[in-house]
Amino acid sequence: MSARLVTITAALMTLAGYALHASPSEARAPSLDDAAGRYDISASSQINFTVGQVGGGGISGKFAKFSGTFQLDGRDIRKSVVEFALFPEAVQTGESRIEDFLRSSAVFDSANHPKIVFRSTKITQTGDDTARIEGKLTAKGTTRTEHFDAKLTKWNRRNISFHIQGGVYRTRYNMSVGTPIYSNIVQFDMIVNGQKH
Amino acid sequence: MLRNGADAFGWVTIVLHWTIAVLIAGLLVLGYIMTRPDIDPVLQFNLFQWHKSFGFTALALSAIRIVWWLAGKHPAPVAGLSALEKQASSAVHILLACLTLAVPVTGWALASASTLDIPSFFFDLVVIPHLPLEKSAVAEASWATAHAIFAYSLGALAILHAGAAFHHHFIRHDAVLVRMLRGSRRDG
Repeated sequence: MSARLVTITAALMTLAGYALHASPSEARAPSLDDAAGRYDISASSQINFTVGQVGGGGISGKFAKFSGTFQLDGRDIRKSVVEFALFPEAVQTGESRIEDFLRSSAVFDSANHPKIVFRSTKITQTGDDTARIEGKLTAKGTTRTEHFDAKLTKWNRRNISFHIQGGVYRTRYNMSVGTPIYSNIVQFDMIVNGQKH
Repeated sequence: MLRNGADAFGWVTIVLHWTIAVLIAGLLVLGYIMTRPDIDPVLQFNLFQWHKSFGFTALALSAIRIVWWLAGKHPAPVAGLSALEKQASSAVHILLACLTLAVPVTGWALASASTLDIPSFFFDLVVIPHLPLEKSAVAEASWATAHAIFAYSLGALAILHAGAAFHHHFIRHDAVLVRMLRGSRRDG
């Protein structure tokens, strides 16, 4: 752990303490000056996913095109907001036929639904450097509540990185093709790098 | 009777024969439809999985059919067949039997060599492992070609086989077709 990470972790813990226990008038926590702010999700982020298959193995891939921002609230982590969009057209699996299938009406239907959007609705701190992000995920015309677990992995004055994981039931989004050969759960494993405005 | 008689087929042979016949016809139609380029992708995926499950069923039944054929006795050819007709009939039967194995085995090989690596989940019940073959686009294309050639050859041969049976039934009025429809009444 870098000295800065320790610093931010300590600051987040302090904030959480204030947020949970202090009365509103006392909520003037020491502002998290360095980390608070608005970030763009940079292209260096990695949006990886896997879908397991019966008998072991499965499909692994990533989304090469995405965009998003997040606003870290220095006073109250719960007031932080994440907005994220990915473009399923840019799905990569190493097998062009699988990619074509994923883009088709069978799965993403990227011609009619070019964007998959996530907007956080609730962020809860779950540990020193971890949080649970709950939000609305819209894909293929369907919006559902999903949650992801985030862990702060890197931080400096300009950049911040989170390791974010979560599973999404694809049947909820009218993408049930291939079950039960392929798992209903799409497991996301993402490195989200934010660049400060 | 279950076993074949001296001049009649037993029920095991008859049931296997017609079940395999229906499977072959269905699999040919399914194989043709599922490979149309403009098919709906969900339907295509599902038809491929049905094709694989029924294909493995055909392979198992064909193997049993051949073992049953080799282990039991074969009814004598109907009277009135020339030597050439007997040879032709037996050549077609042997070729048909070989193709009922070769078609599903090349299909299995195709699924195994495919870079798609889609598991064969037999009727969503049990995973049938892939054959230990190299996975590559070239290998997949070769197996696909072999599978198609064998399958359409089997279809053509089955039509010839059925045509001959109808010829025997409607033109020559002998028992060739009928004895594959009715079991033997006595154990020969």
